[in-house]
Amino acid sequence: MIEFHLDGRTGVSPYLQIVQQVRHALRLGLLRQGEQLPTVKDVVAQLAINPNTVLKAYRELEHDGLVAARPGVGTFVTRTLTDTSLAAHGPLRQDLQRWLAKARLAGLDDESIEALFRTSFRSATEAEIA
Amino acid sequence: MTAVLRAQGLGKRYRRRWALTDCTLDIPTGRVVGLVGPNGAGKSTLLNLAVGTLTPTSGTIEVLGGRPASGAAQLAKVGYVAQDTPTYAGLSIADHLRLGAHLNPGWDGALAQTRIQQLGLDPGQRAGKLSGGQRAQLALTLGVAKRPELLILDEPVASLDPLARREFLQDLMQAVAEQELSVVLSSHLVSDVDRACDYLIVLVESRVQVCGDIETLLATHFRLSGPRRDPTTLPADQQVITASHTDRQSTLLVRTEAPILDPAWTVSELTLEDLVLAYMSRPTAADRNVRPVLEVQR
Repeated sequence: MIEFHLDGRTGVSPYLQIVQQVRHALRLGLLRQGEQLPTVKDVVAQLAINPNTVLKAYRELEHDGLVAARPGVGTFVTRTLTDTSLAAHGPLRQDLQRWLAKARLAGLDDESIEALFRTSFRSATEAEIA
Repeated sequence: MTAVLRAQGLGKRYRRRWALTDCTLDIPTGRVVGLVGPNGAGKSTLLNLAVGTLTPTSGTIEVLGGRPASGAAQLAKVGYVAQDTPTYAGLSIADHLRLGAHLNPGWDGALAQTRIQQLGLDPGQRAGKLSGGQRAQLALTLGVAKRPELLILDEPVASLDPLARREFLQDLMQAVAEQELSVVLSSHLVSDVDRACDYLIVLVESRVQVCGDIETLLATHFRLSGPRRDPTTLPADQQVITASHTDRQSTLLVRTEAPILDPAWTVSELTLEDLVLAYMSRPTAADRNVRPVLEVQR
């Protein structure tokens, strides 16, 4: 069983924080197939948040095929995210480090690097959608 | 019929002063509604009209399909915890529960006992000896054990310290999850209640400024900043809530259903607090007629 926590300063909505924490736990192997998520009642009693917020998060996870609700019992993990992509992390990290070194050589400071990454990321995402 | 509260042109006047003016609302059931506004805005008046301890001067109000306080059945459906969570100082906790059982046909005695136990309270203790947080919890216990369809709470957490506030909201949310309860709670601070609520009413100077599902509100309000510009030149579907200008720059808070396409604007999302503050600080209708929105630049 995992426990959720909310960060009030991120600007990320509470529902999305719950979704992200479940996905994160799945990726790290903290949650495995067949295991149960905390019940809605437990989550709201712990975080003092609206039950609909938790329901919405669980519905989204269900829609993504990660969990399944068993009425009257609870919500259970149906799939893990600790997949093959983990193996690709190493080489990608090396590429990124090389790129960062290049960016620094070109005279970019931290802020410019972040801005450049964010705009490229956004335009790539938009291109994917379009 | 799925409205928990429906008001049509609702108004309340105390002698010469209107405490609530032209209030029209349609709130669906199963929501936790935050009624937010500064002190003296008319929040308590609206809640008292919903409970039936006040009668309207104008317009109509309907709660769960019935007229407030119109009979025993209506009274049983609505729970009310008044401002500062009043209890009888001379009565013990057990007395309060007995009183609740006698006065409420749908009283859930087991639930009340369990809650008092979980709170670690001694049933023999007098309410006058309880801390503010414990008294609030006792009042909530009475409200919840009545098993209402709608629970109305007037500033329930205003006088509580942060820990008691959190514990109170945890218990309230648990009751909502267990009992399919609709809740309306008022607060002068949105940060106190924003996570607990999924529906918002902002009341300022006796008028409802904005009302709706919180997620929808957040998805349709944006802050735009860019080169100075007269707000009247914006597309017709962008409603300006607040505007501030320097000699070069304009910062606008707009409400719109459509995406903002003008590349001159830097668009950012709002927190619920930003949104509420914008509606609270917005010039009232009277001011707006006098003051030009943007003076001519020389």
